[in-house]
Amino acid sequence: MALQFTLNGKTVEFSGEARTTLADCLRHHLGQTGTHVGCEHGVCGACTVIVDGEAVRSCLMLAVQAEGSHVTTVEGLSEGEDLSPLQAAFRKHHALQCGFCTPGILTTAHALLTHEPDADEERIRHVLSGNICRCTGYLPIIEAILDARAAYADGRRGKPA
Amino acid sequence: MKLSRLEYARPASVAEAIELLQGTEGAKIIAGGQSLMPVLAFRLAAPPLLVDIGRLEDLRGTEITPVGTRLGARVRWCEIERDAALRRAQPLLAAMTDHVAHYQVRNRGTVGGSLAHADPAAEMPGVAVACDAIMHVAGPAGIRDVKSEDFFEGPLQTVLAEDELLVGLTLPPWPPGRRWAFEEFALRRGDFALAGVAVHYGRDAEGRAHGVRVGAIGAGETPLRLHAVEAELEGRKIGEALISSAAKLAAASVDPMNDLHADAEYRRALVATLFERVMLRAEHRQEEGENGPAVHP
Repeated sequence: MALQFTLNGKTVEFSGEARTTLADCLRHHLGQTGTHVGCEHGVCGACTVIVDGEAVRSCLMLAVQAEGSHVTTVEGLSEGEDLSPLQAAFRKHHALQCGFCTPGILTTAHALLTHEPDADEERIRHVLSGNICRCTGYLPIIEAILDARAAYADGRRGKPA
Repeated sequence: MKLSRLEYARPASVAEAIELLQGTEGAKIIAGGQSLMPVLAFRLAAPPLLVDIGRLEDLRGTEITPVGTRLGARVRWCEIERDAALRRAQPLLAAMTDHVAHYQVRNRGTVGGSLAHADPAAEMPGVAVACDAIMHVAGPAGIRDVKSEDFFEGPLQTVLAEDELLVGLTLPPWPPGRRWAFEEFALRRGDFALAGVAVHYGRDAEGRAHGVRVGAIGAGETPLRLHAVEAELEGRKIGEALISSAAKLAAASVDPMNDLHADAEYRRALVATLFERVMLRAEHRQEEGENGPAVHP
């Protein structure tokens, strides 16, 4: 099985077995290990990436299903070494500890605020119910996402999805 | 874990999808994959071929007409969430599917996938049964229509043959002024419900209920219509005593399973409690001026 898709703005090629999930394709075939694999069956949210503008679980999608799509991973959220406004807000609010869940939460929040820059706390809490974090207790994460909203509302959201 | 080895095909039409199903024994349809992929990851199934209908355009879209609302099998939860006209046309569908899964899963999960997967605790099979939906099934001989109550045969089992696929469903028109409510209880919003109850009925000038429908999810091997409860309420004025006696009947009419999260007795009690809540909500709906669930951005 050979196919192409766009990963963080660049065309990439995948050649491998049809059973390869998008998560494993990103990590093992394309060397993009920022996307983490936790439960491998769609419960934990760690592997969340953005496909054609929408946050999806990359363990619940075959790589071949992404053929021709635009995929954004955590590596694509910022320009170079600079943190995006969302990432900077996570740092400021101590919104991560071990960091395992963080890529999935950043991609989820980036997709959410791109579509809904005025998402209120209830909406953010509701959306985050799809991502499991065992360190922070979630409150700093919610504060960071609330803080990052201004950057999305005025277009400083970092690299577009 | 990793999926078993499999082949993959992306047909260009429903007819081609059926040919592929006919050509390989044990082939499975995939669209959003949000129910099937976990099954494959647990290796509960190892189909030799996945037939991906995820790009078939004629399985998308909704159509609201005087004879009903037709949903294509590929309509996703996130689309129902944003579709104001659909939410007005089918308020119970909107309210129930708001409880389906989490944000990322809602972006890929489909109406047809949930129906074909047939989890007895899932909301969409519950909508189909509670609303007398007609399921449209494509096979080698063309399209056949199946009543929702006949569609579900058991946990994860439907009447779909190996060479058939669900292409959509039609919900009957929702009469104006209908009383309705849905409540479920889940450990976290978005998780599978331990149980859920839906009710809808009309009310005549004397305040008597008619055309009563009571559905339950997570309370048996399939989504259930509680016919005995419907008969108890039909043609009567809804009041506290009637709700209380009907709640006992509701608990007695279901056949819930024991699992890790709750035993059958707990689920039975939950059905009675949820039934009382939905009846009170349905009765007070008009007074509250609540016409339907809100539309999310």
